[in-house]
Amino acid sequence: MIASIVRTALVSLRRDRGALALSFILPIAFFSIFAVIFGGRRDTTPKITVIVVDEDHSRGSQRLIKGLQAEASLVVRTRPPRKQGVEQPEYAAQTAEAAVKAGAAPVALIIPQGFGKNPISFGGSQEHPAIRLLKDSSDMVAPQMVAGLLQKVAMTSMPDVMAEQGSKYFEEYAGGITPEQRRRIQHSLDELQRYENDRDAAGANPGPSGASGGGLISITTRDVVGENKRSPMVSFYAAAIGVMFLLFTASSAAGSLLDEAESGTLDRVLSSHVTMTALLAGKLTFSTLLAFAQLVLMFIWAWAVFKLDFLPHIPGFVVMGVCTALAVAAFGMLLASICRTRAQLGPLSTLVILIMSSVGGSMFPRFLMPEAMQKAGLLTINAWAIDGFTKVFWRDEPLSHLWPQVVVLLAVAAVLFAIARRMARRWEYA
Amino acid sequence: MTSARPAPASSAVKPLRAEGLVKRFGEVVALNGITLELNGCECLGLLGPNGAGKSTLIRSVVGRVIPDAGTMSVFGSPAGSNGARAALGWVPQELALYPRLTCRENLEAFGRFHGLGSASLQSAVARCLEWAALADRAAERVSNLSGGMKRRLNMAAGLIHEPRLMLMDEPTVGVDPQSRNRIFEMIEALHAKGMSIIYTTHYMEEAERLCDRIAIVDHGRIIALGTRDELVRNAFASRSEAIAHFREPGVHVAEWVEKRGGRYVEGTGQFTLEHPSEIATLIDAAAKAGHELLDVSLRKPNLESVFLHLTGRELRE
Repeated sequence: MIASIVRTALVSLRRDRGALALSFILPIAFFSIFAVIFGGRRDTTPKITVIVVDEDHSRGSQRLIKGLQAEASLVVRTRPPRKQGVEQPEYAAQTAEAAVKAGAAPVALIIPQGFGKNPISFGGSQEHPAIRLLKDSSDMVAPQMVAGLLQKVAMTSMPDVMAEQGSKYFEEYAGGITPEQRRRIQHSLDELQRYENDRDAAGANPGPSGASGGGLISITTRDVVGENKRSPMVSFYAAAIGVMFLLFTASSAAGSLLDEAESGTLDRVLSSHVTMTALLAGKLTFSTLLAFAQLVLMFIWAWAVFKLDFLPHIPGFVVMGVCTALAVAAFGMLLASICRTRAQLGPLSTLVILIMSSVGGSMFPRFLMPEAMQKAGLLTINAWAIDGFTKVFWRDEPLSHLWPQVVVLLAVAAVLFAIARRMARRWEYA
Repeated sequence: MTSARPAPASSAVKPLRAEGLVKRFGEVVALNGITLELNGCECLGLLGPNGAGKSTLIRSVVGRVIPDAGTMSVFGSPAGSNGARAALGWVPQELALYPRLTCRENLEAFGRFHGLGSASLQSAVARCLEWAALADRAAERVSNLSGGMKRRLNMAAGLIHEPRLMLMDEPTVGVDPQSRNRIFEMIEALHAKGMSIIYTTHYMEEAERLCDRIAIVDHGRIIALGTRDELVRNAFASRSEAIAHFREPGVHVAEWVEKRGGRYVEGTGQFTLEHPSEIATLIDAAAKAGHELLDVSLRKPNLESVFLHLTGRELRE
């Protein structure tokens, strides 16, 4: 009896391609995507781009930059990429800050004048110029990594500078091992101890902005993107999760086409004055409005509950919202036009949308993915939509800066709708 | 969308004129050279078994199927043209309705699809609801209606734009006898007002009750066309049918019936008699062959008999 039940279920499963895909293809696809993201393949581990501005031009600052450049996990940029073959001038503090704001790099380091003369961050009456670390706080990992590597590189790449500095301190504080020297050394140790205690009391993380004295090198950290944001990641996730569910909504709404085809309603509609193009355009409009309404609800909820800075960004939201809604609606139309039945549409849309969402950054920020995966993400609607919303809500960029996302999303919508229209010819006549 | 209304038909312009229609679906020939004319104010029945080509013919008329060969016009306009669409009302075999919409909303939707403006739409909806006896259920969702009500609404949706030719594709499928009778009354009311109707069915009773002329369709061809009496007369002249019920029907009885030139159908032997007096000969022959008869009855041939006579098969096979 049990064997019969198992056999019946097995035959049914074998003939249900959608269920088979969900059972076997989707888990493997997901596993592969996340294995790649989280470093299953070492050669694609993401590198952190860091902009370095040398205001000191000393031997010490040069050594430090060379040391940073030698780090395998960093891509050090001292000047913007060439434009039309012309080499660009080196970054200055201002242009470096602008580059971080624009998303060219998550971190910029400004090595201040006088750093080489006095790199060690403690002791004495001398001034200790701090390296300024400008960061985009949407990337929670890169600034921490760069700060840590900076301390390491300072020790390994400029030992002579450190030794020289150390000798100076020794002379200044020790002056020969006399009782006086012992007293001074003890004083320094006490000072260091006090410093450590103070640091512990303040918490290990100095917060979005502040001095970081966690090592020999003094670092002052400042958020240049999102410094006034109350909930840094809310806008990212409102867009990321929003787009993913928009895709599900759009494919489900477009599925009404399949319901109508199965029930015969589509035939009846097409026997009236309604043409297939008009019908699909109507469905596309409805799906777009539905998806946009969903986005509005999502962002208003984020504003009301999670303090998203929504109201000043309404124009950018409308532009990105409409373009995203149109693209996902066209995507839904395409899926529906490919499928023969609603039963086919369910598994196919789940499969495609979940893969698109994982690669496109709806589940995991793209900037944390390997470079190859980041590029692959650009093939998804999710990535372009999230990038656009990030420009609006995170980087406070003007509307004119949204043109790449707007152009791509509108082009995607046009192409997908054209293909859907072509596929829908099978419903037109027999 | 434009609200194109058909021009008044002159007496020479037939509601439907089809000539040499051929449609193949792969190896299957669904329409095999059908030629047909529908007269004004006429109800023409397309009678045939499932798969005979009735629905394909109807779908060709509404422009949902493009024939491989042949021509077709609706009140002089080519099938599929705006003029033809405006003149045609189609009641498909399926319940082609929006289940989550109410009766009124469904009728409004299909009215707009046919290009009705707001002013005429409301009166058209009221007219259709009344015709379908659904005025009191106007605000009810379709999914909550009974099967018979859904069928009536399905018909009303085909009538919303006041077509001049109604195509009804087996509108009583799955309907209980009481609801079926109500649907007949609706169709008769339409016919009485002068509507031209094409009605497909595989129930001869429906064709006999509703249709002025009947086209018997089989394997994509019209194998006979005429009034009910003409069809019977052409097939049987003055002959009668004898229906014999046997005590022990079976293979031997079937062989014997066929040997005598009759047809063995569902345990009965059906014989065409030139004269009613031949029934005595039949009874004698059965007794001699050892087949005990329960009863033998005489009947006038009907459409079912005509179909059997012409095709050798039953209508519902």
